[in-house]
Amino acid sequence: MTIFRHELRQGRTALIIWTVSIAFLFAVCVFLFPEMKGEMDQVSDVFSTMGNFSAAFGMDQVSFGTLTGFYAIECGNILGLGGALYAAMCGISMLSKEEKGHTAEFLLTHPVSRTRIMSGKLAALFFQIMVLNAFVLLISIISIYAVGEDIPWKEILLLHLAYVLLQIEIASICFGISAFLRKGSLGVGLGLAIILYFLNIIANISESAEFLKYISPYGYAEGTEIVTNISLDGVMVVLGMLYGACGIAAGYMKYNRKDIL
Amino acid sequence: MNAIRTEGLTKYYGRSRGIVDLDLEVCEGEFFGFIGPNGAGKSTTIRILMGLIQKTHGSAWVLEKDISKEKEQILSEIGYLPSEAVFYPDMRGRDLIRLSAELHRKDCRKVSADLCERLQLDPSRRIGELSFGNRKKLAVICALQHDPRLCILDEPTGGLDPLMQREFFEILKERNKKGMTVFLSSHILSEVQRFCGRAAIIREGRIIASGSVEELARTNAKRISVRGNFDPSGLPDVRDLQKADDSTSFLYSDDINLLLDRLSRQRIMDLSISEPDLEEIFLHYYTEGEEQV
Repeated sequence: MTIFRHELRQGRTALIIWTVSIAFLFAVCVFLFPEMKGEMDQVSDVFSTMGNFSAAFGMDQVSFGTLTGFYAIECGNILGLGGALYAAMCGISMLSKEEKGHTAEFLLTHPVSRTRIMSGKLAALFFQIMVLNAFVLLISIISIYAVGEDIPWKEILLLHLAYVLLQIEIASICFGISAFLRKGSLGVGLGLAIILYFLNIIANISESAEFLKYISPYGYAEGTEIVTNISLDGVMVVLGMLYGACGIAAGYMKYNRKDIL
Repeated sequence: MNAIRTEGLTKYYGRSRGIVDLDLEVCEGEFFGFIGPNGAGKSTTIRILMGLIQKTHGSAWVLEKDISKEKEQILSEIGYLPSEAVFYPDMRGRDLIRLSAELHRKDCRKVSADLCERLQLDPSRRIGELSFGNRKKLAVICALQHDPRLCILDEPTGGLDPLMQREFFEILKERNKKGMTVFLSSHILSEVQRFCGRAAIIREGRIIASGSVEELARTNAKRISVRGNFDPSGLPDVRDLQKADDSTSFLYSDDINLLLDRLSRQRIMDLSISEPDLEEIFLHYYTEGEEQV
């Protein structure tokens, strides 16, 4: 519990900044919707001429004129990318920042096992992700209510659940990688999140690359598919969680044997 | 009872040598010095004992507990002062002290307040604003506030001004009198000579001498200082020769009769033969090679 609390204190500022920024962008997006709805005919014409570009972002499957369609594309990209970058940043620095900042020596010379330190840090990582997502969801619902739209609970909750799972998967993989790093390479984490995002875009464009959906967590967090089918792809979710679990397991194994120089 | 015992303790970093077949015994209640220059293996030994790095082979016990199996129990009874006092820069000193106490699951408020006062540290300041010396004081408080049975100090006085060094050693001596074992790693030999009862000298990853500080200083080498016209050339085993206008000083470790014979044939005004200080002994061990006292 001490490590958990300590980690939350350490990550407090970053959590506040990211949460407020993402929530603010969400609110702005939702407040733009009534205006977008009025101009929908023109927007649809534009997207219909864009071919693969529309497919890349799933805009061929839903209508921008409906709240769920607009929400899945616009807000989905904000939380899908923003949340993933935050999760990657937190995960990748969780263990390596102690070595980079030379604080690992302080932490690891106290009577706490490395397993407990890692568990405390992992719990803090997941907790921060949950706080970010809960706040963003709350602001989102308030914003939808404020613009006078009906709240499509099922679609919105499913979308947000998918993004939570996506962030947990990316954070877990980055947490595992973090145990192998010594200098807190933020770039590795952020790069991984962006690569996974683009893998899904490639999978959307080309049929022969569709298998990439089973590698990238954006495969099961595809907003337009979620609001169309009103369900998550169970196989992709299970695979994603499996990748995350492998990341965590590798991290535990490595960190328990790692020389802290 | 041994506070620290190692048998054949070895650490290689890939192909680079850390320590090799290190045998060490420190009894509980001792003030033990661990001497060696930078890169000799002092910190490697300490980091293995603290569980920060894994040994390549060999065994080590701290407070009679195996470092590979009972790391947490060992760490709960150790205070550790690292050579580099680096902490979380955004935290305040008092929060770090509290974090350390919480990790030890002990209420150390009274002791830490007393230590802050003695070391003249303002714990309300952010660590990022503290000088290296003040961060070192924080490290001292974290190392001692939970009343450890064994305190491991890695180059402890770097950054502390002379007054604070005196207060710091005063605290250590008080604790040592109450039974705390002190394991002091240092390359400042005067520190070891002043405070330690026993010491070990490490060179290139191996212990080359160990024993009481008095024993270590009692080698056959003597410091010979001669005033007058004296030329020691031709005498065997003359080292650290220093010549001034009318005086000559050198370390001599061969037959004393040879020296007396030479001295009697030359006109000298004064002669002193003394035990060399630890610094000179240290150089002696480093030039002579392995020698077990």
